[in-house]
Amino acid sequence: MIDVVVLFFLLGVFARLVKSDLRLPEALYETLSIYLLLAIGLKGGLELSRQPLMVLLPQVLACLAMGFAIPFLLFPLLRWLKLVGADAASLAAHFGSVSVVTFAVATAALQRKGIPYESHAALWVAVLEAPGLAAGILLARWSARKQARSGLAGVSKTSVKQSSGWLALGHDVLFGKSVLLLLGGIAIGAVAGDVGIKPIQAVFIDPFKGVLALFLLELGLVAGGRLAEVRRFGVAVLVIGLGAPPLLALLGASVGLALGVSTGGVALLATLAASASYIAAPTAMRIAVPEANAALSITVALGITFPFNIVVGIPLYIGLAQALTS
Amino acid sequence: MTTQHPKALLVIVAEAAIERGLLRDARALGVQTWTVSDVRGGSREGEREGAWEADRTVEIKLVCDPGVADAIAAHVLQTYAPHYPLALYLMPVAVFRPERY
Repeated sequence: MIDVVVLFFLLGVFARLVKSDLRLPEALYETLSIYLLLAIGLKGGLELSRQPLMVLLPQVLACLAMGFAIPFLLFPLLRWLKLVGADAASLAAHFGSVSVVTFAVATAALQRKGIPYESHAALWVAVLEAPGLAAGILLARWSARKQARSGLAGVSKTSVKQSSGWLALGHDVLFGKSVLLLLGGIAIGAVAGDVGIKPIQAVFIDPFKGVLALFLLELGLVAGGRLAEVRRFGVAVLVIGLGAPPLLALLGASVGLALGVSTGGVALLATLAASASYIAAPTAMRIAVPEANAALSITVALGITFPFNIVVGIPLYIGLAQALTS
Repeated sequence: MTTQHPKALLVIVAEAAIERGLLRDARALGVQTWTVSDVRGGSREGEREGAWEADRTVEIKLVCDPGVADAIAAHVLQTYAPHYPLALYLMPVAVFRPERY
């Protein structure tokens, strides 16, 4: 049985495809996304309050390494599919970073199936946001320098130099909405503990799935709007958007197995590796790699990979985790 | 009648992602007063509905001396226009307190 929150997403896609006038107010989208990030962080922080931080260090380091490695693994594949260097680097960075909502849907699916997972998994999400973006920018700059040296036509030698420095970019990513609210929620949850969180549980913990459903309705509208773009970019974006997630899920599951996390934890790491960012990455890449085609990356991340993961991918990754840990 | 002073109104419509950079550059080039609004719209490149972060568009209004407006327009066209779809237009306006601009 398909998860109820996924049905809300499909309703949003349907509304868009039939050109309904349904549109959620922008302020509601903003409110829901802030709520989800804080709630995910708080839940993760509660678990952190119960265990020593040093135990989590290997997991944090593994997540950092995985996020950084994914763009380097994808980049040659994307170049082989004839994407130009900047586009390949930018898209690879989207996959290196993560989708918080895909993570939230995966946790909802695990809860529904009664599969336990590490409650501090929100920390993995926060750690995975930034390394992939750094790797993508490195790849873009390396690619631009290489093309400039070989004197290829159409390569902007100044575009990458014009982009913001690492310091400004690091500030935007680390203090951007996603990481700030996730880490802030984790910190509040860890400091407050079960007793401290109790008075706000009725707002931040209990209604989580209902809010997630509403947010997915909005994302369905947005993703449905990107579907028309798929035709514009051709078969390559379909191959990437549908092919990359299962491959990356294998990497995430392998990392989970190596870390010795639970079955649910393996499924979540597979999901995170397979997901593509559509909040932090588009803005960061737009500033850092302005010559990259933003519509291409967003179409793949939000129009293809996100729907694939929440409808087909997550059940697959949970099945994979069960098979690998049984 | 209250004295009116001629100034230029430069309007830049661009992706929200570059708002901070545009304002930083405009201030460095001499702008003292600006307003920013979230807007929706479309062009040959497609529609921007502002439905989520990467789809947001801003309209930046700068009131300044005509020379400063020219310098900003030239800078924006050279630095941002090659990679970011943006609209840029200029019109004469009159202000009552010229020292604020």
